[in-house]
Amino acid sequence: MESNFKVVVLSLFVAFMLTIMPLPDWVVEFRPDWVTLVLIYWAMALPARVGVTMAWLAGLMLDVSHGAILGQHALGLMLVIYIVHLQHQRLRVASLIQQAIVIFFLLLLKQLIVLWVSGIVGHAPVTWLYFMPTITGAMLWPWIYIILRDIRRKFGDRVNY
Amino acid sequence: MQTLFLQGPSATLRMTIFVIISLALMTIDHRWQHLDAVRNTLSYLLYPVEYVVDLPIRLYYWGEETLSTQQDLLDENRQLRDLQLQTRVQLQKLDILEKENDRLRRLLSATPKTTEDHLIAEIIAVDVDPYRHFIVLNKGSNDDAYKGQPIIDAHGVMGQIVYVNAMTSTAMLISDVSHAIPVQIDRTGLRSVAFGTGQTDYLDLRHIPHNADIRVGDKLISSGLGERFPRNYPVAIITKINRDTGETFIDVRAEPLAQLDTSREVLLVWTQNHEKPTPELEQPAEEPGKETVEKDAEESVVKDAVEKAVEESDKEVVKEPVEEPETAVIMEPANSGE
Repeated sequence: MESNFKVVVLSLFVAFMLTIMPLPDWVVEFRPDWVTLVLIYWAMALPARVGVTMAWLAGLMLDVSHGAILGQHALGLMLVIYIVHLQHQRLRVASLIQQAIVIFFLLLLKQLIVLWVSGIVGHAPVTWLYFMPTITGAMLWPWIYIILRDIRRKFGDRVNY
Repeated sequence: MQTLFLQGPSATLRMTIFVIISLALMTIDHRWQHLDAVRNTLSYLLYPVEYVVDLPIRLYYWGEETLSTQQDLLDENRQLRDLQLQTRVQLQKLDILEKENDRLRRLLSATPKTTEDHLIAEIIAVDVDPYRHFIVLNKGSNDDAYKGQPIIDAHGVMGQIVYVNAMTSTAMLISDVSHAIPVQIDRTGLRSVAFGTGQTDYLDLRHIPHNADIRVGDKLISSGLGERFPRNYPVAIITKINRDTGETFIDVRAEPLAQLDTSREVLLVWTQNHEKPTPELEQPAEEPGKETVEKDAEESVVKDAVEKAVEESDKEVVKEPVEEPETAVIMEPANSGE
């Protein structure tokens, strides 16, 4: 197995851990969407390795861990990664701040898709705090980007595909 | 080496396919709930993550146990012994009462009340969706847990299992917005349904008419209608009644008795409809091997249940017509798939 793939899987494992890690009640609603953030980075950095398929599968696992109906997070995550996949070259050259703004809208899209599905099924959350992860996620983006980039440079393959 | 042209279908095509599959999955999952196998398989992948996340907490408890001083342990031991003695004495009495109750019921050729099987499960310390009230338990289909199985803690009904995997299961708490449990006021026998509100501190009682005999402080017990929850387990206590004459029904709130957000151990209950298949290994009252701390919790639950049963049956035998006119909507405990 190539080391890029291992790094991706490991980082996703950590992202899932952060997603289900118990937090005190007052921060729970601010928890960023780690899995989406990490996948966005990899879809940008390694578009040939990490794409729609992986995003969809990761989304399914999110559904299972959230006890949501199957396909809810998968759909949102997959569409976000699809957009990143199409625009990865533009995103790569953007500054961190510009990236963060784009990421904000991508995360918002995912939250909205998940919210719509919840609404159709009949238990949409009724608080604006629901959109907090979008903001915290976008704010954390520069750090996530830098950390994952350093990890990729240190442990990934020389050829960045 | 990287080839110049990537193989496989284009991202757009794959995206379209996945959108269609997602929509199909969601429809199937929502309408027919036939995707347990898929969920089960994926949960195997998720299990290591849950295990690793729960590990520090487990280590903490382990450390607490190993590092506590002998004096602490002795103190605790003595306390527990005292407690056990007390509960045992009470149980003796209840045992006799239960037998008597059974006999009387048989005399009246009423359906005998059988006791339920229990198994202790631990809540795995993982957070899921902050807007849903789900907990993950460390018992799954390997321990014969089943979908729709009620779970209780030492104080009352907590919820029911909604997804069963091999080693873990996900349970929905009674406070979840899509949960409802059929209840009965133990003082009057008035039946109702307690709906979850998304808040852990209160449930909603709907469709209660203005003239209903209901007071703040009344205890709600599970009525057993809907045949998912066993009868006579305490559920909640009424905390607020708002009689707005403009409304058709009064607005009643009840606080769940179970410690929904602090319990670490819960009990899985096997009801009469779902007998535990294996011969009984877990005899709650008199098994020496079990951890003592959990034991008194278990006992008090059993005791509570038996107590309730006795009271209830007495009531039924002696003054049956006291029951309120039937106003409550009788419905299934919850649409568990959601």
